[in-house]
Amino acid sequence: MRYSGLKVITEGLFGNTGWRPAWRDPAPKPEYDVIIIGGGGHGLSTAYYLAKNHGLTNIAVLEKGWIGSGNIGRNTTIVRANYFLPGNSEFYSHSLKLWEGLEADLNYNVMHSQRGLINLFHSDGQRDAFARRGNAMINQGDDAILLDREGVREHLPYLDFEQTRFPVYGGLLHPRGGSARHDAVAWGYARGADRRGVDLIQNCEVTGIDIEDGAVRGVQTTRGAIRARKVGIIVAGRSGQVAAMAGMRLPVESHILQAFVTEGLKPVINHVVSFGMGHFYISQSDKGGLVFGGDLDFYASYASRGNLPMVEHVMEAGMTLMPMIGRAKVLRSWGGIMDMTPDGSPIIDRTHIDGLFIDCGWNYGGFKAVPASGWCMAHLMATGQPHEVARRFRLDRFATGHLLDEEGTGSQHNLH
Amino acid sequence: MRIPCPLCGPRDRREFYYYGAEDYLHRPAPDAPPEAWDAYLHLRDNPAGITRDLWYHETGCTAWLLVTRNTVTHEILEVALVAGRTAPKPARGRRAAP
Repeated sequence: MRYSGLKVITEGLFGNTGWRPAWRDPAPKPEYDVIIIGGGGHGLSTAYYLAKNHGLTNIAVLEKGWIGSGNIGRNTTIVRANYFLPGNSEFYSHSLKLWEGLEADLNYNVMHSQRGLINLFHSDGQRDAFARRGNAMINQGDDAILLDREGVREHLPYLDFEQTRFPVYGGLLHPRGGSARHDAVAWGYARGADRRGVDLIQNCEVTGIDIEDGAVRGVQTTRGAIRARKVGIIVAGRSGQVAAMAGMRLPVESHILQAFVTEGLKPVINHVVSFGMGHFYISQSDKGGLVFGGDLDFYASYASRGNLPMVEHVMEAGMTLMPMIGRAKVLRSWGGIMDMTPDGSPIIDRTHIDGLFIDCGWNYGGFKAVPASGWCMAHLMATGQPHEVARRFRLDRFATGHLLDEEGTGSQHNLH
Repeated sequence: MRIPCPLCGPRDRREFYYYGAEDYLHRPAPDAPPEAWDAYLHLRDNPAGITRDLWYHETGCTAWLLVTRNTVTHEILEVALVAGRTAPKPARGRRAAP
């Protein structure tokens, strides 16, 4: 069923009785050409692009919960291409281009909104750093505008410009940055993959990976054994556990990242805004809730909830920057499980086991990467060669020293 | 989250700096192969459940602590001083992908 405005109107006239489930609920077959472990954003987009770009359709996506139940259904939904390092810059640039055509491609409204992203700076040194980052973005072919204080005031008149502790010197505006509806992204890719013949198998947890003579042969699951000669591990925070089924240890430590949503308010924040003197960033969802978050709790955790120190820090930073939000009531908070690599950049690579591939290490930035991650992982799994824009996301880069340390803080698990 | 320091008693998590997994106690010999150093610095078991990791009581007694805790529940099970432990064992765990 193709979605359209006309379809909405006709269904409205006839009692909305014609809608059908957006994807099938198939039982697993005994064998597939490709198995994707993990039905999150990256797993679904990988399956979609395997089918669309490479003509592979005998694919199963195995999801232990339901589609949209992981980080793709709970994140702060920011889409941007403002990276600096070669290796990251071209990848996120590619991803943003895919975002810009995503709704037409999927025939699904993911509510992608290029409302502009402003990273504020608060000192001469930070201005220099952001000017350099902006130049790197422009060199990559993306957009960046360095705003002075008055330029920021035109966009964000509600900031506290009078304070002396962290004065606003300006901001780096990334006009094509913005946000999207997170679960619609999962649903859109799920529907798109299903329509091309991919089996999305929910409530199917992988419990083992079958390896013979150094090559993958399939997986064991709670719904029986399934054979395949190509298997992709795309399980975000659970990467360590699934890789252990193949006898691997990864350069990944899972950490907690908290975020918060307020009650719905009238439109008040029209951009994505980040504070330069504390860990705080904010946007407003189309439903009206202020969506904001900060930094990691900074200890290994799978608890799906954080501790109070970071809650306090985020609230303090928010109140420092924009006191007007002080009376908004926080509706909920959550902690996502982030697969952190030592240098803060992701991995899309083959493993030492033939036919076994891994896509992980998205740290706290996986959402904006969903289209390009799937695009590049599909390319790798179909052709055996890394895609040009993801060739530096190597699994062995920590051993070889070819790091991608975007923050420049060092390659150590507790620094990103 | 509060961590019971063996010297100071239960203290707020803010007083502690998290360093990382217990692997850091198993430093390879200087002439160990690069794979051993990669495993020591980067590769982790990353368990969902019981783990042992190193914390520094930065704004307290400045002792390094070996904390046994549950990563799923945040329960702290045991806290021991790193100092005074017997000589560390060689690096454990599976080898990395080549």
